[in-house]
Amino acid sequence: MKLKVENVEFSYTSVPVLTDACLELAQSEMLGIVGPNGAGKSTLIRCIDRILKPQRGSILLDGEELRHIGMRETAKKLGYIPQSASQVFPATVFDTVLMGRRPHIGWRSSEKDNEKVLDVLQMLNIEDLAMRDINETSGGQQQRVFIARALAQEPDILLLDEPTSNLDIQHQLEVMEIIKDLVVKKRISAIMAVHDLNLASRYADRLIIMKGGRIVEAGSPPDVLTPENIRSVYGVEAEVINRNGGMPYILPIRSVRQDGRRK
Amino acid sequence: MHTKGLKMAEVEGAAAVTRSEIQEEYKKFIGRKIFFISFFLLLTILLCGISISLGPLKFSVLEVYATILDRFFPNFFDVPELAPIVVWNIRLARVIMGVLAGVGLAVAGAVMQGVLRNPLASPFTLGISAGAGLGAALAIIAGVGFVGGGLLLVGNAFIFSLIPALVIVGLSRFKRATPETMILAGIAMTYIFSAVSSLLHYFSDAEALKDVVVWMMGDLGKATWDDLYIVAVVLAICIPVLIWKSWDLNVVGAGDETAKSLGINVERTRIVVMMTASFITAVIICFTGMIGFIGLVAPHITRICIGGDNRFVIPASGIFGAAFLVAADIIAREVLPPIIIPVGIITSFVGGPLFLYLIIRKKKEYW
Repeated sequence: MKLKVENVEFSYTSVPVLTDACLELAQSEMLGIVGPNGAGKSTLIRCIDRILKPQRGSILLDGEELRHIGMRETAKKLGYIPQSASQVFPATVFDTVLMGRRPHIGWRSSEKDNEKVLDVLQMLNIEDLAMRDINETSGGQQQRVFIARALAQEPDILLLDEPTSNLDIQHQLEVMEIIKDLVVKKRISAIMAVHDLNLASRYADRLIIMKGGRIVEAGSPPDVLTPENIRSVYGVEAEVINRNGGMPYILPIRSVRQDGRRK
Repeated sequence: MHTKGLKMAEVEGAAAVTRSEIQEEYKKFIGRKIFFISFFLLLTILLCGISISLGPLKFSVLEVYATILDRFFPNFFDVPELAPIVVWNIRLARVIMGVLAGVGLAVAGAVMQGVLRNPLASPFTLGISAGAGLGAALAIIAGVGFVGGGLLLVGNAFIFSLIPALVIVGLSRFKRATPETMILAGIAMTYIFSAVSSLLHYFSDAEALKDVVVWMMGDLGKATWDDLYIVAVVLAICIPVLIWKSWDLNVVGAGDETAKSLGINVERTRIVVMMTASFITAVIICFTGMIGFIGLVAPHITRICIGGDNRFVIPASGIFGAAFLVAADIIAREVLPPIIIPVGIITSFVGGPLFLYLIIRKKKEYW
């Protein structure tokens, strides 16, 4: 499954949040989106999933416009993983994951859907949470549950909106490993907005860096995460350490707000 | 460095849960929900029998059932003298109205809370009751309304109670209203309606004022058989629609974004559910007056007992609401006989402490 985003534009009122966004995603590829707060990372991800309807541009899945294939069909192809839960009323982890079957079924779930749910719970090692209330689980567990729900959709592409931003370092690594594993073994693709440049550098196959609703650069992590890019996009002076054969490691040094812009 | 991510579980002892254990537990969980529904269904039938048996002319509960069944299977039961007239012509309509109103108000409250993702949503907080109150006040005090004659009061209450729903739907059509905006709009309308009602009350004479106040307290005794048919037909159409939407309601409960990513048209679901629930509420309260508390609290008590899956919460709240309202009506008739206290007073009086007790006992997010 190949995804192509062409000239996508989105604005809430008159202020454009996303301008002329283009990207491509191959099968079994992990694409990271980095950039400062308000750069349009989440907006781009939501536009791709058509949670937000872009005013212009097109999103093509294997050459077919997402706009034309309907919300339900889209949900069979793209799985969205939110940052945190907004569940008000009680829902068990099992029932939460079962929601992922919604695009595939009518008004009632079958035994087959329950089996699918059990499969993904097992795959993510959260069977012991099955009957717990989603609001009583930790942030790391919730991310696993959301990944499980997205997998229950049986999608070709996972869209993740800063999946690690509420997690401690252990859980950050675990969530990243899970996604990486899915990308490699299940041949799923993933697009992920990330704040942590080092996580992005280590896990993404390719990165795009955004600022002010525009994509500044796209490429492999060493190409994108240069001191110059980090300075102009984040206004931060950073040292980029290239270890032998490994991905670059970013060490932020100081904020250079005004000076960075004058450069 | 490269750990196998999928194997790194939150290690909690060796409590490996097997597939069949989860399935077992899930089945038990569903069993509990079905038990809740069956229990309150039987309780409702029993309470209906008790309710009909009470009054100046006493029958036993079994005699009541015999009298009712006799209509369908004649010459099969021993029916006491006078019982058919008392049961069918006097008491049954009241009890059936209690069941229908309890079901309708509780279901409406449950789906409104679900689709707005807000535990405070109910016919009262969304302005529906206040609208009915204004409609009634206009009819009783000023004698003006959309429909004339015998239907003036009922028609007015019905039409005015639909105004908030129309405003809320309009808001979401043209202004992309969030659930919070909808609730705030409902509260704003409650204030507007109350202000106009109060103005009317202030200028009305004592007799009319009392009529309005009593109407607003809610009473099942006003129901005629014709009213019952209308309410029953509306419920028979609307509740299946809501149950059919219950899966979508569950998904909306996980957040608008998640719901959209799962292929749900959130705006349309919200409009359909809000309109249906408002319609149910309007049809009921125009015949009974305001019966508070059930729409707000029956869904909560149900969720405390069986969790938040709307596929079960909708029918279960409805049946719980029916049992609760019929029980409240029994109390309303029996505390100070021969005076019948308006049932709306009893529902709040009994339900308030019960709900407080449940909130204190349970230690969840908001309960």
